[in-house]
Amino acid sequence: MAKVTLVEAVTMAMDYELGHDKDVVIMGEDVGINGGVFRATKGLAQKYGEDRVIDTPLAEAMIAGMAVGMATQGMKPIAEAQFMGFIYPMVEHIVCHAARMRNRTRGRLTCPLVIRAPYGGGIHAPEHHSESTEALFAHIPGLRVVIPSSPTRAYGLLLAAIRSPDPVIFLEPKRIYHWSKEEVENDGEEYPLDMCYVIREGEDVTLVTWGAMMKETLEAADKLAEQGVSAEVIDVATVSPLDMDTIAESVAKTGRCVIIQEAARHCSLSSEIAANLADQGLYDLNAPVKRVTGYDVIMPLFKMEKKYMPTTDRILKAVNQVLEVS
Amino acid sequence: MTTVASFNIDYLQYLTPNGELVGDKKPRIATDFDQLKSIYELMVLTRTFDSKAVALQRTGKLGTYASCLGHEAVHIGIGSAMAEEDVFAPMYREYGAQFYRGVKMSEVLNYWGGDERGSHFSGPQHDFPWCVPIATQCTHAAGAALAMKLRGEKRAAVSVVGDGGSSKGDFLEAINAASAFTLPMVLMIVNNQWAISVPRKKQSSGRTLAQKGLAGGLPSIQVDGNDYIAVYTAVKDALKRAYEGKGATVIEAITYRLSDHTTADDASRYRPDDEVENARQFEPIKRMRKYLMNNRQWNEQLENQLLETCKKEVNEAVDEYLSTGNPGVASMFDYMFAEMPHTLAAQKQYALDLEEKSNG
Repeated sequence: MAKVTLVEAVTMAMDYELGHDKDVVIMGEDVGINGGVFRATKGLAQKYGEDRVIDTPLAEAMIAGMAVGMATQGMKPIAEAQFMGFIYPMVEHIVCHAARMRNRTRGRLTCPLVIRAPYGGGIHAPEHHSESTEALFAHIPGLRVVIPSSPTRAYGLLLAAIRSPDPVIFLEPKRIYHWSKEEVENDGEEYPLDMCYVIREGEDVTLVTWGAMMKETLEAADKLAEQGVSAEVIDVATVSPLDMDTIAESVAKTGRCVIIQEAARHCSLSSEIAANLADQGLYDLNAPVKRVTGYDVIMPLFKMEKKYMPTTDRILKAVNQVLEVS
Repeated sequence: MTTVASFNIDYLQYLTPNGELVGDKKPRIATDFDQLKSIYELMVLTRTFDSKAVALQRTGKLGTYASCLGHEAVHIGIGSAMAEEDVFAPMYREYGAQFYRGVKMSEVLNYWGGDERGSHFSGPQHDFPWCVPIATQCTHAAGAALAMKLRGEKRAAVSVVGDGGSSKGDFLEAINAASAFTLPMVLMIVNNQWAISVPRKKQSSGRTLAQKGLAGGLPSIQVDGNDYIAVYTAVKDALKRAYEGKGATVIEAITYRLSDHTTADDASRYRPDDEVENARQFEPIKRMRKYLMNNRQWNEQLENQLLETCKKEVNEAVDEYLSTGNPGVASMFDYMFAEMPHTLAAQKQYALDLEEKSNG
């Protein structure tokens, strides 16, 4: 079995589904012969033809609108926003149509589409290429929002997203596109779209994160282990709907929780998780819930982006704060 | 300097406001009086319905309603030119087209009466529901057309925007998509001269709105939107091109919004009465009736019978609408996802419990 990176797992999943479901098509800017700016669709146009892997005119609203139209007529489009910073012209179609089509037609028309977008900072990219605005989409009823943080989960979750009878926003943490390699079996097995993954078990503190911050979170967990602190690490993976049960169960065991996200702090996914813990798990907590997040500032250009991004040290500092409370 | 490309916009009219047939080459529909009579009957039914819907709103029995007064020819022209398997992407006042396609009057009332079940309508199940975010339906229709093209189907998608909607990106992006992908599609602009309070001239200084299609290299024409025969013929021809794989067409139908924008609007605040009075002489139903009468296909007795029948049918639809109950609390939750997330299931249970307590 070949070892693959996260972005290669994304390609594998789309390759598998293009090969098994004739209704699946990929559409977007540069996704065809070029294989996408991050090579996520590499080789697919050559393999399946330009009627299945479709280079579109440069018009994001059109891509999303056409994906809605195709999805209502029984196709399963995977539309790519080249970067999350360019997803905003798509938002009207995502919010006003894709998310509501089933509801507003009482099930007559549905919208089984996937919008894929590379997101997040840390790759020295130009302006508008580094933001993390997953909470905007997690707030919208009717959408599923999925963020993988490993090659295995990227493969299983993207397969599930493509097969989902409802729209899915699939955000790919591009900073870890090539971070780790895993053996991923190309067996078409999908992962559920409504659960968090405990990817490292521990007793003393629960670290909750998703996307590229998994890298720093796991580094922090390693360092904590050296200090004799056993950290449980949870990958939220499906940020909407949110599997609070898994998180609350972990916190019931450890009594302490730190939530780590790259996104700005205010009204974010970490706010939602913390609020739910206050509601569901207050009496299990031995210390206040801490959040390690981006600042409520415009994502800086790359000279300063490292100062914006949460670091392993910032995570360790927060963990030590919650451990100090006895 | 040399000319590398040149364009023109033709204007199509067969039926003058006096109900006289003009033009050199008359389409077959112009003398298919059985068809024209049934179209006329639907036009009158649509207007009867429209006036009743406004009355229901005025008496508190319907929510805000967008009237179609004056649009009967263009809407029914579109609807009757389409095949059932074509996909219709309307804005929100094309009832005539939808009635032709099988949508029920009670369903239109349900929608404006605040009930999602109105959009679970009869008629072709693949048609799009009413689309309030202006012009977004155009890219949906383009997507539907691309789906048809990829599957090799001999079908087409038809979208409708107004003169205001022709200013929006989605309309222009749909034209571009139709051009880039050679889509089986017809993009209708129903130019009724007013986008709520903003007149046509403020949307664009272009001589026509049809010419926006020329930028995408699409054949683009203007038709008299109060002339059923012209609209039907133009849409039918455009659909034929689409079925033959020759691509999309833009059709600007010139008509006039004789009503307020919706029942929440008062056009007298911004629109001169004499303009409206003047527009009435061009309205579509009068000219169709004249044409039929000129050809001895219609008379006062038939007219009176028709008005009676329409009144009865509309009243039945209203009764059906008024007897439609509340969709129930569960219905807010049940159509969000194919499979309800457990978090949502918990919220549904909470809402149902509240309901039970307030009833008990």
